[in-house]
Amino acid sequence: MKRVLSGNKAVAYGVMLSRVQVISAYPITPQTTIVEELSRFCAEGELEAKFIKVESEHSAMASIIASSVTGSRSFTATSSQGLALMHEMLHWAAGARLPLVMVNVNRALGPGWNIWTDQGDSLSQRDTGWIQLYCEDNQEVLDTIIQAFKIAETVYLPIMVVLDAFFLSHTSEVIEIPDREEVDRFLPRFEPQYRLNLKEPQAYFGLCSPDYYMEFRYKMQRGMEETVEVAKRVDEEFGRQFGRTYGIVEPYRCEDADVVMVTSGTVTSTSRVVIDRLWEDGIKVGLLKVKMFRPFPMEEIKGVLKGVEKVGVIDRNISFGHGGIFAQEIRSTFCNEDERPMVFGFVMGLGGRDVTPEVIEEAIHVTLDNSRPKEEILWIGLKG
Amino acid sequence: MKIHIPKEEYMDPGHLACSGCGSPLGLRLALKALGEKTMIVIPASCMSVIVGPFPYSALKVPSVHVAFATAACSASGIRASLDMQGDGETTVVAWAGDGGTFDIGIQALSGAAERNDDFIYICSDNEAYMNTGIQRSSATPYLAWTTTTPVGNLKERPKKDIMAIMAGHHIPYAATACVAYPEDFIRKLKKAKDMEGTRFIHLLSPCPPGWRIASDEAIKVARLAVETKVFPLYEIEHGEIYMLTYQPRGIPVEEYLNQQGRFRHLTDEEMATIQENVDREWNRLMEQCEGATRRGVSRLAQ
Repeated sequence: MKRVLSGNKAVAYGVMLSRVQVISAYPITPQTTIVEELSRFCAEGELEAKFIKVESEHSAMASIIASSVTGSRSFTATSSQGLALMHEMLHWAAGARLPLVMVNVNRALGPGWNIWTDQGDSLSQRDTGWIQLYCEDNQEVLDTIIQAFKIAETVYLPIMVVLDAFFLSHTSEVIEIPDREEVDRFLPRFEPQYRLNLKEPQAYFGLCSPDYYMEFRYKMQRGMEETVEVAKRVDEEFGRQFGRTYGIVEPYRCEDADVVMVTSGTVTSTSRVVIDRLWEDGIKVGLLKVKMFRPFPMEEIKGVLKGVEKVGVIDRNISFGHGGIFAQEIRSTFCNEDERPMVFGFVMGLGGRDVTPEVIEEAIHVTLDNSRPKEEILWIGLKG
Repeated sequence: MKIHIPKEEYMDPGHLACSGCGSPLGLRLALKALGEKTMIVIPASCMSVIVGPFPYSALKVPSVHVAFATAACSASGIRASLDMQGDGETTVVAWAGDGGTFDIGIQALSGAAERNDDFIYICSDNEAYMNTGIQRSSATPYLAWTTTTPVGNLKERPKKDIMAIMAGHHIPYAATACVAYPEDFIRKLKKAKDMEGTRFIHLLSPCPPGWRIASDEAIKVARLAVETKVFPLYEIEHGEIYMLTYQPRGIPVEEYLNQQGRFRHLTDEEMATIQENVDREWNRLMEQCEGATRRGVSRLAQ
């Protein structure tokens, strides 16, 4: 069935089709229409779930941690300040090895108040043990939520599905809504390995001495490593059933390219348009869309970028005192390789400033025209 | 009505509480009252240590340790999950300290109580952050010594009235209890178990190291808290029906305060002020109970 849906409504359909059992959420712009739509689904019986209307994001995450350890498929959605407020609980969810799925609508952090898109909120949560998947369009958002439950319930790590504020959350596109029975076949009922259980009383997440803590963390890392292959397998399986795949990274027109631009989120779509036009003019520019940020798919990225002389990375975020975060990750991916590209780290579009085709083209030309970056951080579109 | 203390044990000996601690006694009694179909949430508190480190547990019911501020919303999550699995029978209990209830967890507690989420919340109140080494909380009494309210900079504000706050949420049931009155505590738990919605029990539980009392004095001192009217035993139904559940003797507060090193510095004048405060709070409670009596409810609950 085809419908015209905003990114946020696509999220709600993904959650409904995944037969989530417990939802707990707190409203925040621009996530709000997700919880509105889910409330409607619950009220109208389209989704049989308990929806806990909590008083904060910290409680939202805490309550789905508890519902998940009691054996129910659980979901929340947030944005920006809400995600920051959850921070403590993100560590708890991952450390507890719970297969939660959360949607984060990328929004800038204050001050000053800014409701527009920026990756600073989700990337600040890099080291919490959450898998992070960045989406480019609304179809990918819907499909990724269904895939995310399957991946999370295989590797027992929580997943954050990320979409851009407004450019996706409030922009409508034609979307193919998968058939309910088909999704049921792809994603069966959640049967956790362990759950709070009266028949076998166990203590969860108790005091953990230095004798044990490190092994638990080692296993989380192993879970992350396993996730790369699991996510690829799940995506292929999804493709066989629904005819759409995304990959954890996606190279676009990289063959014979002189330089490759690395993007994530909606900047990818705009970049595709720019790159197509440049090829028409004989300028050989490739694109690498990075969907999976954690675990960082180093081998897949090396596979695409090895042999490329220059790489431009577009970051809609900044780690203060260092630079764009995707650029850092790409640099560290190659640091032990004999053959490695020159990495141009572009910071642009912070706080929802438009990343137009012209802005992207400027970054491409900077990458093409210079043998090495003049500065570690190349700011594009900065005023004054 | 005679109340038996059930013989079944759901808390094993060999736990890690300090000797003479009131808290494990409280939890042991609570689990006896609530029975085996109970799941318990434990936020950061003395109890997160007492029940033992991984891979051990002193509890014979399923337990889940949660972050400091999240006792109530975690209980909400477990309840929602059980309901989705068709289990309406299991009792969900949150067991938090005074810091986790009066301070850092009050937002989540208020949220859950306003939604009237279906669980029993027990606040085991030892009147300070004892697990971190005796720092003042908003449950610390007026002029009590703690490591962050040393003599010279004592706590000059009264203990927060958590019962009034909970009553203000119009929850079906809120009660005070004390580890020195096990039958009263068990009766309240059984009553709470048969109700639905958010049920709150404020349990006074002495901390020998924190109150500066000997390890064999917890029950004696806890009893004095009740008998001096410092900590009356009562219950509130639906936020408005107040009922006293035990008639205290009303002995002078000095007898309670003088037992404890944390009040050793008090002057006669300060003792008199505390007595006045206790009398005023008691009279207020009696007015609330009489209001209930006028509406046809017995003043002393049965």
